[in-house]
Amino acid sequence: MSSLSAGRSREAVLAAIILALVLAIGMRAPVFLSLESLNGVLTDTAVLVMMSLAQMPVILIRGIDLSVAANLALSGMIVALLSIAAPAMPVAAILVIASLVGALLGFVNGALVAFVGIPPIVVTLGTLAIYRGLVFVVSGGEWISSDKMTKDFLDFPHASWLGLSSLVWLAAVVAVSLAVFLGRTRTGRGLYAVGGNPVAARYCGIDLSHRQLLVFTLSGAVAGLCGYLWVARFGIAYTEIALGFELNVIAACVIGGVSIGGGVGTVVGAMLGALFLGVIVNALPVINVSPFWQTAISGGVILGAIIVNARSEYGAGKLILPEARRAAAKDGS
Amino acid sequence: MAGRSDAAAAADIGSPRLAADADTPEAGRALLRLAGVSKHFPGVRALDGVHLELRAGEATALVGENGAGKSTLVKILTGIEQPDAGEVLIDGEPVSFAGPRDAWSAGVTAIHQETVMFDELSIVENVFMGHMPRRGPLVDWSAMRARTHELLRRLDCDIEPETRVKSLGVAQKHLVEIARALSHDARIVIMDEPTAALSAREIDDLFRIIAQLKSEGRSLLFISHKFEEIFRIADRFVCLRDGKQVGEGRIAETTPQQLVRLMIGRSIEQVFPKRTVPLGGVALEVKGLGNATEFADVSFALRKGEILGLYGLIGAGRSELMQAIFGLSRPASGEIRVNGQPCAIGAPADAIRAGIAYVPEDRQAQGIVPALGVRENVTLASLGRHAGRLLLSRRSELEETRRLGRRFAVRASNWEQRLRELSGGNQQKVVIAKWLATRPQIIILDEPTKGIDVGSKAAVHEFMVELAGEGLAIVLVSSELPEVMGMSDRILVMHEGRIVREFDRSSMDAAAIVTAAAGGGP
Amino acid sequence: MSGAPPVDAPRHPVPDRAPQRLSDKLLRWETVLLMLLVAVILLDTVLSPYFLDIDNLSDMTQTFSEKAIIALGMALLILAREIDLSVSAIVALGSLAMGLCAAYGAGPVELVAVAIGVGALCGAFNGMLVTRFGLPSIVVTIGTMSLFRGIAQVILGDGAITDYPEAFTNLGQNVVVRMPPLYLGFILFVGLAFVFALVLHRTIWGRMIYAIGNSPEAARYSGIPVNRIRLLLFVLTGALSGLASALLTARIGSMRPNIALGWELDIVTMVVLGGVAISGGSGTIPGVVIAVLVLGVATYGLTLVNVPGIVINIVLGLLLVAAIALPIIARRALGAMGAMRRMKP
Repeated sequence: MSSLSAGRSREAVLAAIILALVLAIGMRAPVFLSLESLNGVLTDTAVLVMMSLAQMPVILIRGIDLSVAANLALSGMIVALLSIAAPAMPVAAILVIASLVGALLGFVNGALVAFVGIPPIVVTLGTLAIYRGLVFVVSGGEWISSDKMTKDFLDFPHASWLGLSSLVWLAAVVAVSLAVFLGRTRTGRGLYAVGGNPVAARYCGIDLSHRQLLVFTLSGAVAGLCGYLWVARFGIAYTEIALGFELNVIAACVIGGVSIGGGVGTVVGAMLGALFLGVIVNALPVINVSPFWQTAISGGVILGAIIVNARSEYGAGKLILPEARRAAAKDGS
Repeated sequence: MAGRSDAAAAADIGSPRLAADADTPEAGRALLRLAGVSKHFPGVRALDGVHLELRAGEATALVGENGAGKSTLVKILTGIEQPDAGEVLIDGEPVSFAGPRDAWSAGVTAIHQETVMFDELSIVENVFMGHMPRRGPLVDWSAMRARTHELLRRLDCDIEPETRVKSLGVAQKHLVEIARALSHDARIVIMDEPTAALSAREIDDLFRIIAQLKSEGRSLLFISHKFEEIFRIADRFVCLRDGKQVGEGRIAETTPQQLVRLMIGRSIEQVFPKRTVPLGGVALEVKGLGNATEFADVSFALRKGEILGLYGLIGAGRSELMQAIFGLSRPASGEIRVNGQPCAIGAPADAIRAGIAYVPEDRQAQGIVPALGVRENVTLASLGRHAGRLLLSRRSELEETRRLGRRFAVRASNWEQRLRELSGGNQQKVVIAKWLATRPQIIILDEPTKGIDVGSKAAVHEFMVELAGEGLAIVLVSSELPEVMGMSDRILVMHEGRIVREFDRSSMDAAAIVTAAAGGGP
Repeated sequence: MSGAPPVDAPRHPVPDRAPQRLSDKLLRWETVLLMLLVAVILLDTVLSPYFLDIDNLSDMTQTFSEKAIIALGMALLILAREIDLSVSAIVALGSLAMGLCAAYGAGPVELVAVAIGVGALCGAFNGMLVTRFGLPSIVVTIGTMSLFRGIAQVILGDGAITDYPEAFTNLGQNVVVRMPPLYLGFILFVGLAFVFALVLHRTIWGRMIYAIGNSPEAARYSGIPVNRIRLLLFVLTGALSGLASALLTARIGSMRPNIALGWELDIVTMVVLGGVAISGGSGTIPGVVIAVLVLGVATYGLTLVNVPGIVINIVLGLLLVAAIALPIIARRALGAMGAMRRMKP
């Protein structure tokens, strides 16, 4: 089977499972299938979707970004403090500033990886601690609650348009932009090359360090944006927000078929992976499963997903015998 | 875009120059020149004052023994390495390639022995990666697809451009590489052993394409060991030996014997130190060995003191067969007997215990641990012999290393020196030493002289004969016909996973062997 | 040179090793770490008068001994090109198992055995997934991290276990040796460090681990049972996590599902700072031990002057990045200087 069709069918299966889950839960609790409820699920998952989409290009070029949650927290705290200091600031500006702060934090990661040559896991382990600590420093350990935030600041995530919340629309925008970028620009296609075969990519003149800088900065920018969205949606900013969230993000990518070895992965896959986790998280309280099961189920699902993905990636031995090649040709697309 | 045909769109991207085009360089004009190029690596002078001229419309053969400097030369031409001295001139202007990208932009492209591709991406993307045509800010997929389709058609290849490269065979991947070279209108095309994995029909196709490229005014440089090919398609030749250029000229004015003399510096045929040795009992017997995809119905017997050659095209399944015997994979059917006793070999450790040793084809990834030292590499497969009650005895390891290192004349600055700093030939000696340290009865050598210098090659052949004389049973997997014919007592030929013919010393005939390997014959 | 191709014969016998220079010893990572340790100790002494008190130093060892024990196993794993991010979750499960057994009246020895056993089982689970299915250990252990901790959360929910027998908690809370005051955890760490150093640097197993970490394919082709060793390393790390769990639970005397949260990152930091390359194949146990001390002393000194834990993490993060970055930058600078020197006629 050519791996193109294998990938497509994997995504189809994942989509089918999500659909089946939603319907199954809907049968138990019909209220789940209402538009508001589904919108709620999508809204809850929107941040995870956006962060997974941003993490995907990083994993694609054989990197990893463990600092995204800390980045989110720091950016969120900074814009929260900013909105207190300058209450008249329009939300649009806050969105931009949050993204820029996040982008800067991501750029630091990218620079350390690209220019100094430190492995991404080590860099982001370090910045994970640094950024998280900086949230404390910046806030003085204080919590910022909603009564200190302006109305405009808090309202945006709850704004609604055509029945879907602004978060869902933002996630859609990120998804479409990333899909266009990865599928239809030279830089985007170059990411697949660099992740798939870095040596060959060098021969084609594709520069790894530029790509690394780019994907880490983008990952940071999205994390920054989500920082504002998280803080505004829940109306609270403190040091420990989104603690450990980076693992959910990576898990979503892995479930969605993004290969940790690089070079393989799609926007649709990453989105489906995030939706999958999001549906499970939202579904549990609806079907009266205690939220304490959430972590265990997440873990089980991740393991299941990677086992299934690995099976489909493995080929048998080389096709040397003519009878073997004929059989494979018949099976193939 | 509505109304435009594929061909018109393709023409926009740049089509090959036609003879009538005003830009065609007159045949014979030098497109690229190397003047006095030298390159050093630690401990070895890879190239020394080499001159080379590549002319439009001509194919130049680059000949020389393994280790003569050919691959270094290609790396300099393609911008992967930079010369320490001398100049590279394109159209008379000196250029400096900071990296492969620069060479590419200058119109130099190479097609390697091991194809360098993006397995998960389609043919279209492999051909155009790095220079994808754009419509506005976005990639112009339809133009890319059309152009790829056209290029493949020119090469008489009917594979769908959207096919993932992963699922292509070696010959097809070569074609994709040629399509890639043509896609950015390379003026200088370098081919490294282009026919190594091809059948006769595919070779004919390739030669037709080469002739076409020549007629378009491009210049070809190809590396080959096969004189029939050299004399068939090359117009000129350049001969390297030990990094120096020892000869160049027109093919029409030379003979194979003269070329050989230039290559090895002697005027005699390649001499193999083969001695007949009394054969002992059957050391290794294989019956009906097979698996689902790689080889089937393999049966043979190997006697002590015998050197059994295993010949075939690349991809015939020889290494896969040997790896199964060594326990690296599990055959689905068949039986292996060592000294008459049936052997269950589930892992390499079992094979080693049974007295089988395997010197792998891919020295860098499978044979040596480049980061560890000579001593650590030599003892790697026989660590148990050097452990006292609990701890490894460095003294014991050193004794063994000294003994084997002296026997194989390994050149290293000290026994702790990291393997990656040694030359290919010395690395191979260390690998052989490692396996000798396991005291094997059967030793399988998979392309043991690939990519090593003349001196080490001769040394390896000497060792093989010595070992046979000591009663070891040897399998020699090789794609070099002279080597296989010169060293073996018997030759088995494999084709597409099966053993198709057997030759003994009296019936060895080069033409028959090659035909059998390509699937033809009686 | 004559035309005949002679068999290569080296003109002089090959020496056993290269002449050792002092600069080789000095430029080693372990030496740099030692200097860093000295610097940190000096800094702490300056920062706080309480630092050089023997009882305080002894208490300090309690803050890192459990993690350090796990770090020993993690070092071997990372050397072999694997990683285990589920160690903190294994600690949680081990602690839970002990709590359940304690409710049935188990004594301290049984409890420790239970913890180590549970840890080994979890490690075996990790190892099976990695070796049997060929899955990358980073994603497997991200999954098992959630799975193991999730199991603890399912069983315990919001609650806590606070009933551990006194004989057990004594193990973690009282010094085993009076003068100098040494806790069990620290003694175990030092003892295990010696054993691990011996195994890694002087036995067959250690040599095989280095081979696997540098060239897994070549190791396999040389007859090394790569998958079996990988599995054993996961089991070992799991067992060590179980042991650490026993020490931790005994020390704090209670257990909640979020016990040891985030430990995996501290432990990986200890290993990487200790000079073990994250890509495998190089690093030493002495390096890891010194790194443990550097991190422990730095953290403790900062807590003595009331720096909040999360701010200490900033320092540790900076330390990690700087420690990896500086040698790379230094090597590049030296290389550039060497190239300039070579360019002179």
